[in-house]
Amino acid sequence: MIQQNLVKVGMADLNIATDGAILKTTGLGSCVGLTLYDPVRKIAGMAHVMLPSSEIARESKINAAKYADTAIPELLDRMLFAGALIERIKAKMAGGAQMFAMSGHSDSLRIGPRNVESCSEMLHRYRIPVLAQDTGGSYGRTIEFDSTNGMLSIRSVQFGTKEI
Amino acid sequence: MSLFNRFEAFELDVLKEVGNIGAGNAATALSRLLDKPVDMAVPKVSLLPFEEIADRVGGSEQIVLAVFLRVEGEAPGNMFFIIEEAAAKRILRQLLSIKEQEQEGYSEMELSALCEIGNILAGSYLSSLADFTQLPMSPSVPAIAVDMAGAILSYGLMQFGEMGDSALLIETTFLEDHQSLEGHFFLIPDPDSFEKIFRALGVLGE
Repeated sequence: MIQQNLVKVGMADLNIATDGAILKTTGLGSCVGLTLYDPVRKIAGMAHVMLPSSEIARESKINAAKYADTAIPELLDRMLFAGALIERIKAKMAGGAQMFAMSGHSDSLRIGPRNVESCSEMLHRYRIPVLAQDTGGSYGRTIEFDSTNGMLSIRSVQFGTKEI
Repeated sequence: MSLFNRFEAFELDVLKEVGNIGAGNAATALSRLLDKPVDMAVPKVSLLPFEEIADRVGGSEQIVLAVFLRVEGEAPGNMFFIIEEAAAKRILRQLLSIKEQEQEGYSEMELSALCEIGNILAGSYLSSLADFTQLPMSPSVPAIAVDMAGAILSYGLMQFGEMGDSALLIETTFLEDHQSLEGHFFLIPDPDSFEKIFRALGVLGE
């Protein structure tokens, strides 16, 4: 096996990878790991989205990678700048779990599903098709996205590794 | 994060004392449950970037057992009681004489027992904190999860997510028999709660 370059994406962070590098983010709970891929230029992008909308932001300087509605435009910008074509870009996503099942609580506990909804909505707005997703449930995921072929590998404690 | 840059050293000391009193009572409760002495490390109060919080319990992918409670009342926040799997198994053995059913995983009974232990400890933490600050606080029904530390802890950071990329947390570590049982208490007050805690304790600088 050839040692491939690993690009780590932190929480509320995004990055792109080319030339066979692999994007990785660990410990996705209610956060969503969103990946975009241009199969022709082999440009991959990944965002670790934490919250559904920047409207609730109370910080003075917004971290675009944190919110679904700002992370997707930012990631697209970076990929287009690197030479990707928006018509070719396809999306995959994983995460958006509900880590703790609790009853009688406010919307904040549905943060996982809301993150997924918000990502889907943004992708729809850009007319980017979602090829596959592994979202929901009540468990954490670690994901790796390969820029050579656009495969998204998802690892969880209970279910081992799967690829979409 | 501008809000927390203002914090003075003595204010952080106050938060440390909050952790000390709360966790001290919880340690006493645990010691009574186990009928063994339980030691407690000096609490740490730190403003940590989200990325680094999971490192405190062994890294984002470390599998841990966590009991989560939402603190409700005047100074809301999130609370986690986190132990490693080996420690969880040991507690079950010592305390409940539950024989391990299988090597991997937990039965419903085991999870329920651990959840209740977390509940008792968090309850004693919070009630002493409520006495100390005179602020009404109550824990929600506890929830339990065995999963990656990063996935679990990120759940308690959502309120901070709106404000910035780091969270202030009060952390206390338990030790029983010199490290044979290591448990962590994380109290992550909501960003708006700090002012209330400071005011209640009469240390809010005007």
